[in-house]
Amino acid sequence: MTKPNLTVKDLHVSIEDKEILKGFGIEVNGGEIHAIMGPNGTGKSTLASALMGHPKYEVTKGEASLGGEDLFEMEVDERARAGLFLAMQYPSEVSGVTNADFIRSAMNAGREEGDEVSLMKFIRQMDEKMGSLEIDESFQHRYLNEGFSGGEKKRNEILQLLMLQPQIAILDEIDSGLDIDALKVVAKGINELRSEDFGCMIITHYQRLLNYIKPDFVHVMMQGRIVKSGGPELAQKLEEQGYDWIKEELGIEDETVGQE
Amino acid sequence: MTTEITFPVNQQDITSFSKDRNEPKWFADLRLSSLEKALNLELPKPDKSRINKWNFTSFDFDAKTAGGEDFSKLSDSVKSLIGEEDNIQNLIAQKNGVTTFKALHDDLTNKGVIFTDMKTALTDHEDLVKNYFMQDAVSLDENRLTALHAALVNGGTFLYVPKNVEVELPLQAVYSHEGSFGLFNHVLIVAEENSSVTYVENYLSEGSNSEAVANIVSEVYVADGASVRYGAVDNLSETVTTYVNRRGQVTGRDASLYWALGQMNDGNTVSENTTYLVGEGSYADTKTVSIGRGKQSQNFTTNVIHYGKNSDGQILKHGVMKDSATSIFNGVSKIEHGATKANGEQTERVLMLSEKARGDANPILLIDEDDVTAGHAASVGKIDPIQMFYLMSRGLSKREAERLIIHGFLAPVVSALPIESVKEQLYDVIERKVY
Repeated sequence: MTKPNLTVKDLHVSIEDKEILKGFGIEVNGGEIHAIMGPNGTGKSTLASALMGHPKYEVTKGEASLGGEDLFEMEVDERARAGLFLAMQYPSEVSGVTNADFIRSAMNAGREEGDEVSLMKFIRQMDEKMGSLEIDESFQHRYLNEGFSGGEKKRNEILQLLMLQPQIAILDEIDSGLDIDALKVVAKGINELRSEDFGCMIITHYQRLLNYIKPDFVHVMMQGRIVKSGGPELAQKLEEQGYDWIKEELGIEDETVGQE
Repeated sequence: MTTEITFPVNQQDITSFSKDRNEPKWFADLRLSSLEKALNLELPKPDKSRINKWNFTSFDFDAKTAGGEDFSKLSDSVKSLIGEEDNIQNLIAQKNGVTTFKALHDDLTNKGVIFTDMKTALTDHEDLVKNYFMQDAVSLDENRLTALHAALVNGGTFLYVPKNVEVELPLQAVYSHEGSFGLFNHVLIVAEENSSVTYVENYLSEGSNSEAVANIVSEVYVADGASVRYGAVDNLSETVTTYVNRRGQVTGRDASLYWALGQMNDGNTVSENTTYLVGEGSYADTKTVSIGRGKQSQNFTTNVIHYGKNSDGQILKHGVMKDSATSIFNGVSKIEHGATKANGEQTERVLMLSEKARGDANPILLIDEDDVTAGHAASVGKIDPIQMFYLMSRGLSKREAERLIIHGFLAPVVSALPIESVKEQLYDVIERKVY
């Protein structure tokens, strides 16, 4: 297996003709965990959605590749089957489709007919992953995200992450709305995946998740692009001092992408 | 005189048909007087659908079917619905109204449960049938089609559950239709005090298709403390015009009636499903799912009419529309004066898969009492692109994601059907109709 790689260069993305990302670039390799931090309104979630192919976001300039393949030439499902995963901030609810049926369909989506995951193996894996995420048994028979609390939805995203084992995962504010115990459980799940075969981009407002998942790189986003990068110590400094010192250092007055 | 109408059956035909079946005189008379009425009554007027030009009167009245009780002679499509002969407990299978297989577990017979075809019921349980047949639920002089139904009834089932008898296993009926036969199927269910029963029926077309009519009436009577679950999958072919009227009289205190109707006909269809909640604390749960495809035009009307205090009525209607099909979904919760503390809730949702299809959802609350609660929700729209994005972001192809969403959308009825083979069949029908 070749080492996972996601490369993004000079990415510009608009939503309804308003440019949100203005020249974003990053390279994420297998074995690396990148934290993308920044205040509200700086384009973090847009980045996540655009890379996955959300229908509302339009890529106007720049390029991205996954394992050397042009990401923007692929449909959403092809990106997923090529190894990209997005844990969403607001996952959809789908009535009438059980969690278990959905996850099993997703696992089989990338497989040839006849090579599907056996039911026994699937059940075993679900039990194991649900156990490690401290998810109740009833979870798999409930309809996908329907009536789930915020925290349950987040755990369900991580459950899917663990079941699908992608090459590159983007976690979009997976920590928001989680209490500290849930946060620890979610972090444990992600840490289980840590290996040379897995690269991860964690988008977060807060430094606290990074207490449990140690990032290799920390990037700060402002005005739709990365304005500062560093190691774990950067996150620590942000936690202590906030973002103002960066704005001052770079002469930025409004860090957002210019809200109306 | 309204319009000139002719039926392919006259008084002599009816008299000799009734005689061949050894029907009691009152029933033969009822047939004849109903035929007379049919000539003078108007067609029903389902809200927002025009059905004047539909074929309700051109059909063949000869069943061309031999009766019998030979399992091996049943068609494969019927067999797939009922499973292995050895496992069959309670079943009535009919083809063009003629009974082709019948089974009722001894235990139920001993408890006084009656589950037999209408023909037998009219001779063996005459008084019971007379008490209920087209009395309080559906009246024969409501419209031309109910009158015609009473005149020509030629198939169906009678189910009677005595007081305090709880029937655990579902009772199944399979009605198959072939050729140009006009099927006038009547289902009569009577659940006495504190009894409970589940009945599941399938309508299906077999063999070659030609212009035909299905005129179906079901009547369900639910007494004090009784509970009836009624499941159905209608799957008649494109050339069959269907009028189906399923009604419940929930007269009993704390009685309940659950409908789960999978309405999958390919031809033009008028479907009415009405529940009268008369008993205090009575309950109705009515779920309907349907798919419109091709050029078919359909009208699905669900009424829940509250008379009883503390009565509770739930309406759920989900429809998927494709090609250039048209469907009207009317949901009516009517709360009469005096039905204090009644609750009526309804949801109509229509999923449009084609620009050319038409789907109307009309939620209607008619409330003549102050002290009640009621609510409704309705929507007509395409598949949510954000849901699609979510499912596809896990690797599901567009088609697979759509499949999951559509099956999920129709799941409320599929999951409520208590017989696994019927559930699977409905799932397969959905699959076939959507793709």
